Amino acid sequence: MIAIIDYNAGNITSVARALQNIRQNFVITDDTQKLDAASHVIFPGVGAAGEAMAYLRQKKLDVWLKSWINTGKPLMGICLGTQIILDYSEENNTECIGLVAGSTKRFPEHLSSAGLPLKIPHMGWNSVTLKRTHPVFAGIEPESEYYFVHSYYPSPSDQASVLGTTDYGMSFCSVLAVKNLIAMQFHPEKSGRPGLQILKNFCAWRGND
Amino acid sequence: MISKRIIPCLDVRDGRLTKGIKFEGNVDIGDPVEVAREYYEQGADEIVFYDITASSDKRDIMIDVVRRVAETIFIPFSVGGGIRNLDDMRKVILAGAEKVSVNSAAVLEPDIISQGARAFGSQCIVLGMDVKKVGVSQQTPSGYEIVIEGGRKYTGIDALWWAKEGENLGAGEICLNSIDADGTQDGYELNLTALISDNVHIPVIASGGAGRPEHLADVLTTGRADAALIASMVHYRTYTITQIKNYLSDQKIKTRLLW
Repeated sequence: MIAIIDYNAGNITSVARALQNIRQNFVITDDTQKLDAASHVIFPGVGAAGEAMAYLRQKKLDVWLKSWINTGKPLMGICLGTQIILDYSEENNTECIGLVAGSTKRFPEHLSSAGLPLKIPHMGWNSVTLKRTHPVFAGIEPESEYYFVHSYYPSPSDQASVLGTTDYGMSFCSVLAVKNLIAMQFHPEKSGRPGLQILKNFCAWRGND
Repeated sequence: MISKRIIPCLDVRDGRLTKGIKFEGNVDIGDPVEVAREYYEQGADEIVFYDITASSDKRDIMIDVVRRVAETIFIPFSVGGGIRNLDDMRKVILAGAEKVSVNSAAVLEPDIISQGARAFGSQCIVLGMDVKKVGVSQQTPSGYEIVIEGGRKYTGIDALWWAKEGENLGAGEICLNSIDADGTQDGYELNLTALISDNVHIPVIASGGAGRPEHLADVLTTGRADAALIASMVHYRTYTITQIKNYLSDQKIKTRLLW
């Protein structure tokens, strides 16, 4: 059974509908006993780091995530759920969970491409360049694009944890992968067929590289 | 690099798809959920629903449409029309929309933008602007004025000032509709689009006037739009979204070509 962590953070219905579409059973819960019983956990999120962390701490879900990652069972971070697994976020100057070393940074002002200024948030479809293969990206064409919407980006300190990068006037880490953790800045649940394939692959993944 | 987005706009009244010319004489042209799926399969990057249902007791029909759309397509979509307060926003977002668009309500009560951004995040809040060219005056130094009530009522608000104000209040995106160009199929209002896009830091979706793929190429280059809204040219099946994207690709404009 797949569990989606319910922590009052936006796009949970979208993730649930995508899982329904790929015929996966799931629960949406903040009950750590139910979460413990899951085979896979999805940690979604839309919103701001400060509020999200405050809520997670109140529900002790930050501590729970640390214990889950040590079980070796698969964990997927999405968008804000990816940003706050790092140590720290510049958004609201927030101490985060720290499953992966590094921080979440704001896009610098005055990014440009081909001489034209780029907008913030980075909103729309963009591609991901993978540095190596990964079971969760199996069978996906490299030219595929994914839906992004964010003003901050994950910046892990160890380059080995960067699975994929995306170009937006600068190259940033758009997919992190460490052991049984895979975390992406884009929204697979809103990225059409390749996004659904990523979710399908994740649900079949055993948590090894 | 990021792709330019092609966004079909579906006007919905009482749960059925319509498309009017200059906001008059709407005709029923289908089921919004079916049409949304068709556009999703043609490669639409996002879909905009505009609820023009007149009576408030029929509003729940739209919520049901939103729910069914969210079960059917897996790309972002927004809902505008009749969003007056946080409660309206919450209903639409919980039903599965990524974004809500506020237009007249934001002009009358600008605080709805900041309230919405605080409650759901800026990325959820689209500022819809209906704009008419009025000529430069003290009141409208940009030469463009905000109109509401489907273009019938002038507000005295300068369009450029309002775009910047909307950004300051927390809008995550602007959907910029030229009332002069809307429904003409003669091309987007390029000057207006470039003026707004150059002066805000958030993405701008150009709306009104798309009739041929060249129009999209113009507004995505000369008009500096981040995305282009289309309606009649695909609703009446003159073009498919795939054809439009292939044309843009030939013009070296990057769009998402694999879906």
